[in-house]
Amino acid sequence: MNFALDAESEAFRAEVAAYLDEHLTPEVRERVRRTGSMHDWELHRALARRGWLAAGWPKEYGGQGRSPLELMAMREELKRRHAPTEGMGMTMLVARTILAAGSERMRAEVIPRAINGEILICLGYTESQGGSDIASARTRAERDGDGWVIDGQKVFTTLAEEAHYVFLLTRTNPEAAKHRGLTLFLVPMDTPGIEIHPIATLGGERTNTVHYTGVRVPDSARVGAVDGGWDVLMTALTFERSGVGDDSRLLEELVRAVREPGAAGPAPIGDPVARERLARLAVEVEVAKLLGRRSCWIEATGGTPTVEASMHKLFHAESRVRFSTVMLDLLGPRGLRETGDPRAVAGGAFAEEFRHAAILSIWGGSSEVQRRIIAERGLGLPRPG
Amino acid sequence: MDLALRPEDEELVAALAALLAKESSTDRVRAAEGLGFDPALWAALRRIGVPDLASGPDAAGAGQLVLIAEQAGRHLACAPVVETLAAARLLERCGGPVADALAARCADGAIATLALHPPAEGWAELVPAGAVAEIVLACDGDTITAVSAGPPMAAVPNVGHLPLADRDLTGPAETVAEALRAAFEDARRDWQLLTAAQLVGVAARSLEIGVEYVRERRVFGRPVGSFQTVAHKLADHATAVDGARLLVREAAWAVDEGDPRAAGLAAMAFCFAAEQAVAVAGDSLHFHGGYGFTLEYDIQLYYRHAQAYPLVWGSVQREYQRLADLLFGAAGREAGS
Repeated sequence: MNFALDAESEAFRAEVAAYLDEHLTPEVRERVRRTGSMHDWELHRALARRGWLAAGWPKEYGGQGRSPLELMAMREELKRRHAPTEGMGMTMLVARTILAAGSERMRAEVIPRAINGEILICLGYTESQGGSDIASARTRAERDGDGWVIDGQKVFTTLAEEAHYVFLLTRTNPEAAKHRGLTLFLVPMDTPGIEIHPIATLGGERTNTVHYTGVRVPDSARVGAVDGGWDVLMTALTFERSGVGDDSRLLEELVRAVREPGAAGPAPIGDPVARERLARLAVEVEVAKLLGRRSCWIEATGGTPTVEASMHKLFHAESRVRFSTVMLDLLGPRGLRETGDPRAVAGGAFAEEFRHAAILSIWGGSSEVQRRIIAERGLGLPRPG
Repeated sequence: MDLALRPEDEELVAALAALLAKESSTDRVRAAEGLGFDPALWAALRRIGVPDLASGPDAAGAGQLVLIAEQAGRHLACAPVVETLAAARLLERCGGPVADALAARCADGAIATLALHPPAEGWAELVPAGAVAEIVLACDGDTITAVSAGPPMAAVPNVGHLPLADRDLTGPAETVAEALRAAFEDARRDWQLLTAAQLVGVAARSLEIGVEYVRERRVFGRPVGSFQTVAHKLADHATAVDGARLLVREAAWAVDEGDPRAAGLAAMAFCFAAEQAVAVAGDSLHFHGGYGFTLEYDIQLYYRHAQAYPLVWGSVQREYQRLADLLFGAAGREAGS
């Protein structure tokens, strides 16, 4: 058993860390904060210049063929710094799916530009009535001569305002069983009939409702078979590589902040109650990291983590939500001061983290979905009902 | 990074698991209540060489010893596995004629243990395996001593039916090593880490017992395990058990590597495993309904042990204070650091 990363991965980590020190500037962070876009073109293109958007892709497809552990090291660095890489994640996930399920023509059109950091692709899965149950999509795509006409509405289409394409889940056969009448399209965002309405969120991140009214696309925009959309989505899931939720940096910043005396008294770190809570956070940070690394290691050795990936998602999300409230409580009244107040602790980063963390147990498969996967696939418990 | 067990470790674990399934059944665990020691089990463990694993030229590292301790925990082994392994590592580390002679006695069957806490007025309270150990290793200032005496072969009645005894250390003591306080601290850390591993075993088996029960048992016309409140709690526990096992193994790896984080990771593993073990055993007991409260069902055995093993070391709550000292600097001295 060996818990250290191999030398190549550590070398790559150091390279990524140094590059991020240079390119993930206070200006980038300020821009992200102001716009609410979890994406920054400058940083995105800087990463693309190094070929890191497709770092883990096979070389014959334009990637760098890096090992899952090298990829893990890179992702740990990005996460630890809370780099705005949402756009990168979604774009490369869809690009990888197109590589597997898209037409020759679509691949030629989309993939090089995705790898080079020229385009963004957003995900049009979720609808207002369905929430986590994405297979219940009602957005219709109907045959019209050689092409299709799409009508419907999607919610939580994050980065629609920046994206060039949407990877859109539609219903093509309302008669078929829920999972069997779905088809995916790659739709250019400048197609007439697409309207974007921003949704403001607690975390300050922007997301969107997107309306599709009589949106015409050629059949060549289809990804995968007609009514075969669920299979394409399942393919996409296998490319959703494990990341590692590493909050060690957040903990370090918190420990630094609580070493300072508060307005009303001595530094919280001298208080046994505060010390216990900090020690508990440290344990949870370590466990979350280990569960994440285990998933990456399973991939690195040719396996597919399913239950293990759910365990990491669940533990990390739940512990980070707890973390975010404990953190502000430890700061006392100082924890109230938000970004914009010059006296805000760490420039308001903790207040922001508190507001942001609430989404973690919801998106990317809610904690309840993860628990169900663990209970059914991991423990063999019967389905409810 | 490599999280796989080596083939020889897989074999060791499989052999030990097979032996314990036979020699440490829950019937045997119940039969050993009172003393908390099963001589036939101990003899079987000695036959396959478990107590000798931590010493000699081919001594197993902490990475292997935690695998052994996890199995012992799974089967609630009524045998001083953790104590003899920690003591053997300490004697090996001390070296010299006294330690070697003690190690030779252990090889001949004597049981050695550690007084985890400093003796008060010559008495060490609730010494782990103190009811059956002939040799008690203790630390007095910077000096490591060994007191040999016929074991009382009677345990203090206790929550976990563990072979605990108060031991008189005022008798003639041999000096094992001087100026080696650090070695004794490492031995305590080894005990703590191996106990954490035992607790992972307790937690893992408790989870299995709970899962098996709620899959079969039906109430209100359906399996208990089909209720979401039950299934979701068990999913959280399954996650925590995996996390605790990874943490124990990481700590063991850090010990073997001489990594400066070893003591902190061992304390983390102990705190996390202790809290998770009692939580999962408690919920598994609860999901049995009234049957879980009866002595007839096995889950109560696990619940007792989950609570008892960590208490031998001390309060888990207090341990978080020590962990904070290790991670953030000692209390009172952290300001300005």
